[in-house]
Amino acid sequence: MSVPHTLITGHSTADDRTEQVVGTVLRLGVLIAAAVTLVGGVLYLIQSGATHPDYHTFRGQFSPLRSLADVARGVAAGNADAIVQAGVVLLIATPIARVALTLVAFAIRKDRLYALISALVLVLLAYGLLGG
Amino acid sequence: MPVTDITILLFLGALAAGLLGALTGLGGGAIIVPLLTILFHVDIRYAVGTSLVSVIATSSGAAAAYVKEGYSNIRVGMLLEIATTIGAITGAFIAGLVSPTAVAVIFGIVLLHTAWTSTRPRVDHMSGGPSDPIALRLRLDSTFPTANGPQHYQVRRVPLGFGLMYIAGVLSGLLGIGSGVVKVLAMDRAMGLPFKVSTTTSNFMIGVTAAASAGIYLHRGYIVPGLAFPVMLGVLAGALAGARMLPHLHTQKLRVVFSVLVAALAVELLLNALTGKI
Repeated sequence: MSVPHTLITGHSTADDRTEQVVGTVLRLGVLIAAAVTLVGGVLYLIQSGATHPDYHTFRGQFSPLRSLADVARGVAAGNADAIVQAGVVLLIATPIARVALTLVAFAIRKDRLYALISALVLVLLAYGLLGG
Repeated sequence: MPVTDITILLFLGALAAGLLGALTGLGGGAIIVPLLTILFHVDIRYAVGTSLVSVIATSSGAAAAYVKEGYSNIRVGMLLEIATTIGAITGAFIAGLVSPTAVAVIFGIVLLHTAWTSTRPRVDHMSGGPSDPIALRLRLDSTFPTANGPQHYQVRRVPLGFGLMYIAGVLSGLLGIGSGVVKVLAMDRAMGLPFKVSTTTSNFMIGVTAAASAGIYLHRGYIVPGLAFPVMLGVLAGALAGARMLPHLHTQKLRVVFSVLVAALAVELLLNALTGKI
């Protein structure tokens, strides 16, 4: 019995299609994240361009923008630094969306093993972003 | 220095880092942390958080450009991302346990290694030997496009590659870098993938690895908007410009310039750490 070529080589036109969709998502994600960061950044310069921040001493534990909920609240209130942070969160979400899409692509092709592997990576990423 | 001045200087520095990173294929992450700590006297925890954000930006941007060419191996990438994400989470936790000075020392050593590696010629380590049985089970062997049509390649020593990828993940999570050098080492040297496949798949994986620890850094307050804004946009602009210039440039000399710069930054960082400034 002959085995289909794609099963041996691991590369097929379906892989190519997945890669094209993934490429588009990555580009869009980075573009949107950069646009949000730029808008927030310009507002930030207008609001606090003349202040003198101190980054030499670490006070991260007191930062008001440490969770997704903090960021969402800040954006709703129109805070410039929260909008920048939302851009950062969108940027972090971009590769995560890529893994989610790849999971869907493997599931559609009934490639159970790789759907499972993708799901495992997704769980680890969700742990980092939501738990941590 | 007021925010506006810092923002402009940071943007220009990040632009240069992104440009050089894209032109040498080594990413800008390795330069951002020393740039922030040595020139801008930023606490290394803020520097690492900021750098990690820029790493995700360049990786996703570059991966989007490479993905169409059919070099990257999705299965190898996804399998090894299990190792790199677990490593990245481990690294982010280690970063919370060790002193900033220790992080600076480890960073300096990794930078010296990067400087040394980047001067050495790139050669393929493909072999005609049998595939790893694990690679066959996991259907990792694939083809990549060449001038003479698709060429088949085999994947070897999967467990060794997986282990090295875990280390790459730890370094990425601890230091806020992409650790592309270790990723390529794992795929190219250990697993015998063609160089073009190693580099593009590595680029693909860097963003996912960095995203795993970036969330943890966000919760710890390592990522601050005032630094993330100019650095992320600067690195991204530099990387995009670099990708456009790449076909018209002779990169061998640039790699030497990059190596010397990275080595100098490494020495400076180590000196700062050992004299108690970090």
